Amino acid sequence: MAKMSKSPWVLHYDAASCNGCDIEVLACLTPIYDAERFGVINTGDPKHADIFLITGGINEQCKDVVKQLYDQMPSPKVVVAVGICACSGGVFKDTYNILGGADTVIPVDVYVPGCAARPESIIDGIVKAIGILDEKRAKMKKGLPVDEAKEEE
Amino acid sequence: MATRSIVPFGPQHPVLPEPIHLDLVIEDEKVVEAIPSIGFVHRGLESLVSKREFTEYAYIAERICGICSFMHGASYCDAVERIMGVELPDRAKYLRTIWAELSRIHSHLLWLGLLADAFGFESLFMHSWRIREKILDMLEESTGGRCIFSVNTIGGVLKDIDDDMMKGFLTELDKVESDVRAMTATFLSDATVINRLRGVGVLTKEQAHEFGATGPFMRASGIERDMRQLGYYAYKDLDIEPIVSNEGDSYARCEVRIKEIFQSIDLIRQAAEKVPAGEIAVPIKGNPDGEAFVRVEQPRGEAFYYVKADGTKFIDRFRVRTPTFANIPAMLEVLKGCDYADVPIMVLTIDPCISCTER
Repeated sequence: MAKMSKSPWVLHYDAASCNGCDIEVLACLTPIYDAERFGVINTGDPKHADIFLITGGINEQCKDVVKQLYDQMPSPKVVVAVGICACSGGVFKDTYNILGGADTVIPVDVYVPGCAARPESIIDGIVKAIGILDEKRAKMKKGLPVDEAKEEE
Repeated sequence: MATRSIVPFGPQHPVLPEPIHLDLVIEDEKVVEAIPSIGFVHRGLESLVSKREFTEYAYIAERICGICSFMHGASYCDAVERIMGVELPDRAKYLRTIWAELSRIHSHLLWLGLLADAFGFESLFMHSWRIREKILDMLEESTGGRCIFSVNTIGGVLKDIDDDMMKGFLTELDKVESDVRAMTATFLSDATVINRLRGVGVLTKEQAHEFGATGPFMRASGIERDMRQLGYYAYKDLDIEPIVSNEGDSYARCEVRIKEIFQSIDLIRQAAEKVPAGEIAVPIKGNPDGEAFVRVEQPRGEAFYYVKADGTKFIDRFRVRTPTFANIPAMLEVLKGCDYADVPIMVLTIDPCISCTER
């Protein structure tokens, strides 16, 4: 990715996370790490968002919320699974209430591992997501479908 | 009578880093009632005791919550140590105290930032989090992690803070203290902040008692109670005076937490002076058999840990009562009759930790 075509707005949602990754996502946006220098803004509204940062595994209660948030985001959209719980269920994989990672309900484009995922790797994931967003936009202009997920990292 | 309507608040909401859902029954601009529904981050962590050995579970217990992670891990270990009759080396007790206080500072700074964000004071939010990064640097330097430290084990701690590092910490803490002091001037005397916080969400002393509130939420209503006075870890050797305010409003809660940051810095200084040389862990033999009950003061209030073991590698039952769980009934009471625009502030002033509550 040579230059940015757009300031990506991110939507953050805590599915069934322990907070560790959530506060690291926020730490990304505050001084020291400061993802705002890439034009990244944290928005509370899914209808304004380009990138969906999801932390934590999926459980019965939050399954529908995650699906709804994903559906409300306009295309093209990119999903970044932040932390090992969002990637696979992590340490909670064996519990009765965790169905698995974020990809059990929505297509995930970028996987950021770590417990908790470090801000550097989250920013790396967001930068990768921006690249994918550009690709998807180019595809959309050609009238191709963009819904299927592509695996990265 | 004005018409009533129900406004959903959460689970996804701009001011909430974590999902909780409230159905707010509104009459004009006033909230009449708040009906919570929870379970969005329930993982079933307590059930993992039957699948992980009790020594491994120390790392799972830490993942109850990423903000108070250190204290969750340490308290689980404390409970198992009590069952097994393990006497911790003094140095390990001091190290746990120092890390626990560092966690408290980072948690309170995080909360101050989120509160500033909730009333729309963006630069104050950024300042709090900038100062917080210094604390995280210290935690990372000494434990290796920023949120999850995995530094507790049954019988002690896994890493040591040597003298040079401790000296560096104390110099760094001086800087943090002056930074927080500069920020306090805005938090406690700026007109915009006072207007948003003064008199908002008053919890009286009687209500705090009746609804079983805990932590800074309770202390801001004039009840003098701090579990650190029980003297677990090295607290018995340190001077602790609970920080209390009498107003019971959001401003008082903010004030109590800011003062607790200074208190924690002071406690770390006291502990750094008194920390004895020696081992940081003792070896353990066999499996735990029996039950134990631990009470600790977390950044959000008093937490209970109950561990029951039956002499096998796997713990029989592990149960946690977290401070946010105790604070929710009092919060719902405070929400009654408040302005709709003040709801985010009121939800935040209890410093909710949903992942602790739902585990």
